[in-house]
Amino acid sequence: MITLQTADLVRILPEIVLSIFGILVMVLEPFVAAAQKKLLGWMALLGVLAAATATVRTSFEPGLAFGGTIAADEFSIYFIYLFLLTAGLVILGSIDYLERNHAQHGEFYALVLLGTVGMCFMAASTDLIMIFLGLEISSISTYILAGFRRADRLSNEAALKYFLLGSFATAFFLYGIAFVYGLTGTTNLLGLSARLMEPSQWTTFARVALVLMFVGLAFKLSTVPFQVWTPDVYQGAPAPVTAFLSVGPKAAAFAVLLRLFLGGFASAGTVSFWILWISAALTMCLGNLAALWQTNVKRLLAYSSIAHAGYILVGVAAGGSRGISAVLFYLVAYALMNVGAFIMVAHLSGTGERLVQIEDYTGLAFERPGVAACLAVFFLSLAGFPTTAGFLGKFYVFRAAIHSHLIGLTVLALLNSVVSVYYYLRIVVAMYMREGKTEAATVELPWPVRTALAVSVLGIFYLGLAPKLPLGLSTLAALPLPK
Amino acid sequence: MHFLNYIWLIPVLPVLGAAIQLLLGRRLSNKAVSAVSVGLPGLSFLWALGCFFQLLSLPAQANHTFTKVLYSWLPAGAFHLADGSLAHLNVYVGFQLDPLSSVMMLVVTGVGFLIHVYSIGYMGHEGGYYRFFGYLNLFMFSMLVLVLADNYLMMFVGWEGVGLSSYFLIGFYFHRKSASDAGKKAFVVNRIGDAAFLLGMMLMAVTFGTLDFLPITEAARGGRFAVGDGVITAICILLFIGAAGKSAQIPLYVWLPDAMEGPTPVSALIHAATMVTAGVYMVARSNALYVLAPTALALVGAIGAATAIWAASIGLVQNDIKRVLAYSTVSQLGYMFLACGVGAFGAGIFHLMTHAFFKALLFLGAGSVIHALSGEQDLRKMGALWRKIPTTAWTMLAATLAISGAPLLSGFFSKDEILWQAFASPYGNKLLWSVGVVTAGLTAFYMFRLFFLTFAGNSRVPHEVEQHIHESPSSMTVPLICLGLGAVGAGYVGWPKVLGGSNWFGRFLDPVFENPALRPALQHTWNLEFGLMLLSVGVALVGFFGAYRWYAKQPGIAERVAAAAGAGYTLLLNKYYIDELYDALFVNRAKDLGSALAAFDLGVVDGGVNGVGWSTRMSAELSRLWDTWVIDGLVNVLAFVVKVLSYPARVLQTGLLQSYAWFITLGVFIFMVYYLIYF
Amino acid sequence: MAGLYIPVLLHFVAVVVLASALLGLSWWVGVKRPTREKLSPYECGIPPVGNARERFSVSFYLVGMLFILFDVEAVFLYPWAVVFKSLKWFGFVEMFLYIAILLAGYIYIWKKGALEWTR
Repeated sequence: MITLQTADLVRILPEIVLSIFGILVMVLEPFVAAAQKKLLGWMALLGVLAAATATVRTSFEPGLAFGGTIAADEFSIYFIYLFLLTAGLVILGSIDYLERNHAQHGEFYALVLLGTVGMCFMAASTDLIMIFLGLEISSISTYILAGFRRADRLSNEAALKYFLLGSFATAFFLYGIAFVYGLTGTTNLLGLSARLMEPSQWTTFARVALVLMFVGLAFKLSTVPFQVWTPDVYQGAPAPVTAFLSVGPKAAAFAVLLRLFLGGFASAGTVSFWILWISAALTMCLGNLAALWQTNVKRLLAYSSIAHAGYILVGVAAGGSRGISAVLFYLVAYALMNVGAFIMVAHLSGTGERLVQIEDYTGLAFERPGVAACLAVFFLSLAGFPTTAGFLGKFYVFRAAIHSHLIGLTVLALLNSVVSVYYYLRIVVAMYMREGKTEAATVELPWPVRTALAVSVLGIFYLGLAPKLPLGLSTLAALPLPK
Repeated sequence: MHFLNYIWLIPVLPVLGAAIQLLLGRRLSNKAVSAVSVGLPGLSFLWALGCFFQLLSLPAQANHTFTKVLYSWLPAGAFHLADGSLAHLNVYVGFQLDPLSSVMMLVVTGVGFLIHVYSIGYMGHEGGYYRFFGYLNLFMFSMLVLVLADNYLMMFVGWEGVGLSSYFLIGFYFHRKSASDAGKKAFVVNRIGDAAFLLGMMLMAVTFGTLDFLPITEAARGGRFAVGDGVITAICILLFIGAAGKSAQIPLYVWLPDAMEGPTPVSALIHAATMVTAGVYMVARSNALYVLAPTALALVGAIGAATAIWAASIGLVQNDIKRVLAYSTVSQLGYMFLACGVGAFGAGIFHLMTHAFFKALLFLGAGSVIHALSGEQDLRKMGALWRKIPTTAWTMLAATLAISGAPLLSGFFSKDEILWQAFASPYGNKLLWSVGVVTAGLTAFYMFRLFFLTFAGNSRVPHEVEQHIHESPSSMTVPLICLGLGAVGAGYVGWPKVLGGSNWFGRFLDPVFENPALRPALQHTWNLEFGLMLLSVGVALVGFFGAYRWYAKQPGIAERVAAAAGAGYTLLLNKYYIDELYDALFVNRAKDLGSALAAFDLGVVDGGVNGVGWSTRMSAELSRLWDTWVIDGLVNVLAFVVKVLSYPARVLQTGLLQSYAWFITLGVFIFMVYYLIYF
Repeated sequence: MAGLYIPVLLHFVAVVVLASALLGLSWWVGVKRPTREKLSPYECGIPPVGNARERFSVSFYLVGMLFILFDVEAVFLYPWAVVFKSLKWFGFVEMFLYIAILLAGYIYIWKKGALEWTR
């Protein structure tokens, strides 16, 4: 006999609200005149705000829902806010972008909202089947979003590549779930950790399952060697979508990784440790070295996001409450700086994303000091410059790694962050130290974009200068996971 | 007025200036820009003076230490230290004023202010006037945060801040490619040091559970750690690598000579008087740790001495007036580390202070010369300027005498203190001392070479330039005179006991440096100390007469010697080919690796490489690689290996979906095999 | 643990053996006398006309996909109908919501003109 309590619904209230708004935006789309499509964007933003409010209600009623498949705990609520922040910034940054690129369709906003629903479910699920459903919901939305500039060949190619390789990778994940179910007879994470208590239970099959599930997630995290799609897709997808892609699914996959490797598979211990160690090391090195010679800013940021996934993996490998909270903190910092950077790139690129080479930013600082300063903040934060969020993110992750005696990995990460400065500086150099008239300087930034950028910049400095509150929150959010 | 309670105003005033310049500067007139950007650091200097005198009047039992905490920056929660005790790491935004930081503060604000004044005249005709002052103010802010911080993390904030502003200022003449390259080089080399600093800091946080100076010093002096403790040694070495990056020590000194691409006031302020001494300050600040790590201390001393003589030898033959001074700075920084390395932190800081005066003066003087000669920097195109720009010449003479260690000038006292400590300290030895003495001789030689080539002899100035030679405006000469007074007199605060003084400066700094673990100095006779002093003066005199004979009396000799020395001379002239070596070993290898890994950028839409194109390119590539391998020899073997190794990656990274899928499958396979075999 | 899968493996083996045996037997035993008519594709008894590899209108695929979507919806109704009584109001509301969501999709495709053959 199935019973449904109000509490169950309250615990997925943010997802419900987002879905309603998503569907509503989609259904209204054909009824709204072409000139009024902007309104749908604002409606989607309203949905994000409504969901944020609903999350407050959820946080008053923590606990498991739907027979233990969903957990409304500090961890999931932290991630839901992270996704809502990302979605909100992306929507703010998209409205005028779509207008300029003649792609103002309501579906865009609906897909962003529905994709966010999928990510929220990924972070909140404590059951492998639910995690898979969340993964699929978010994936399918993002596949479509990647090809949203339908007339553009790069965008089409990005969508197709992302779709095919993504399905390929999720198949691995599903295969891993099948193995796990075969071994333990359950798909529930709590049940899993109860069945796999002893390191001796990590038989061949269990390890195969672990590797398969890791591969499925690693695709979304774009860690080496599952990063191959990242540069092409990030470059081809419309820049605001790239902003969404590079943060949302990645953060959601990290949420699952944490729940899985430090929760359900906690007993794997050394078995899972080395997989994380090696992935982190390879990912950082490849991301940073390959970024050195990029001339396309979107592609450069794609490699940079690969490198950042490597840094975050260092925190996962460090584990413990310190490592988890460092990862959570880093993700927020990463969200702010990456979304900010991509939104800026989206708007400076002009109609049809023509101006995306580093040379296109030549001398920007002399024409548009404010714009250049903003972009410089994003890049300096990505490079890990003190007083910015990026620095503290790295600081906490590396500190956690040192605490867990991962000295080698930390040294490698530090060396990598030295290398990374070089390519982030190339853009700063172009803006501040070269003379030239750039077309990018003539681009108007409408107020919604300005708002999104201001939120990102202020957020970066807030996290960098007074991180007391966010840090406390990330520590709190790390509590539900076992130590 | 209670200055100390508002000590945060000292860094905040300049940053206000920076904000105004960088946001509104374009709309301000040059006059308004100078009023704001010179006035605010001036105010900050006055405030610093106020703080200093209030600090002096604090009761002595407080060790003249004042801390002011503004707010809690990074609360990181409780955790267990390596030894099991519970700690709460909490980093504050706080300021600490003690004898050590007050010396730094006065040097930075005082010399900084004078250089700001000088810049009004020097930069008056340049474009981007407001930008220059904006960055300069930003630098002052960062530097003051660095020296006034009460914990390592905040110091690191300033540390990175000075790096960033120095990067902007080196690249100020951005239309010269060499300038922006130099800026980038400085930043990247510095970041190598910063990474080590950061690592050392984290180790410190794990070991001490705090990053504040006072508790760490207390813990280190409290006897919790044995002398020679492994972790402490590791921390100290990591911190020193950081210091070596910022203070241009072997092997990370290569950025400083290139940094001379920046405007001359920048060279004076950042690359001579203040920023580059940050490393010395950091080591001195961590003195309590270094005393526990004799190995690290020995390393500091050895690197310092080696850098001193290495850079001095390069400085002997350089022809660019600013480059001579740059190598001289590297060499003098080596002296300061030498002092720290023999446990004489006070002597190091003393030399830091006197050096700030005379080196800033030398650079500003050089700037004045360059200004007079309409931008000429080559010593071979100067000469006989003595009568034409007398103020510059006189002040330069004072500075040259000071740096050469002429008795009773500032450099004499500080350098001699270092040499004596290198000789007499239980951490020092005769080798370090003799390196120091030889360097003193070399210093006197190349400084007087510079002086004679510039001011004495016959004029080698091209005729059209010669007509425009003029003394600089008063905004430039007044700072020269002020610094000249400092270069002459700054040493008197540390008048040594051997000459009947009381070394007030040393006693003032004592509370910061006294340490029960510090091995006491050996007893030596007055005769010995005085004798050694005479000896070093004698060596300096030899250097002086050498320069006089070669460059003033018989100008032809130098060329003949150079010709006779042949390969040795070329080696020195080319700075031992270190830049080329680094390029070959590190820079180009990193670039190759990067470009190889990025090679799947071959094109996204046109996708893959078909077989024919591939094999053609492959063979072309191979033959090209073969050529370079044969021609360029050993270094390129490395490149060859890297490129060949990365070939599989290139083949896979084609932009083709199928190969991507294969790559993923391969990854799965490797992980699987790894797991099935190793567990 | 792995022992539990042996029946599954045996099942697979049995399936493969049986299938190949049946196909192989009929191929081996059967009498083969091919004629032109016998070799032509069977299309409801009507002789084939033209090439089978023609280009179809994109609307064909669109309608096809939409058909499958709503078809699956109907499939879900069957098991629901079986247990409807024990589910009571909960089941009713759930299915109502499910259909409402699909209805929203239906309205969307209708208004978008995806169902119109000629546009």
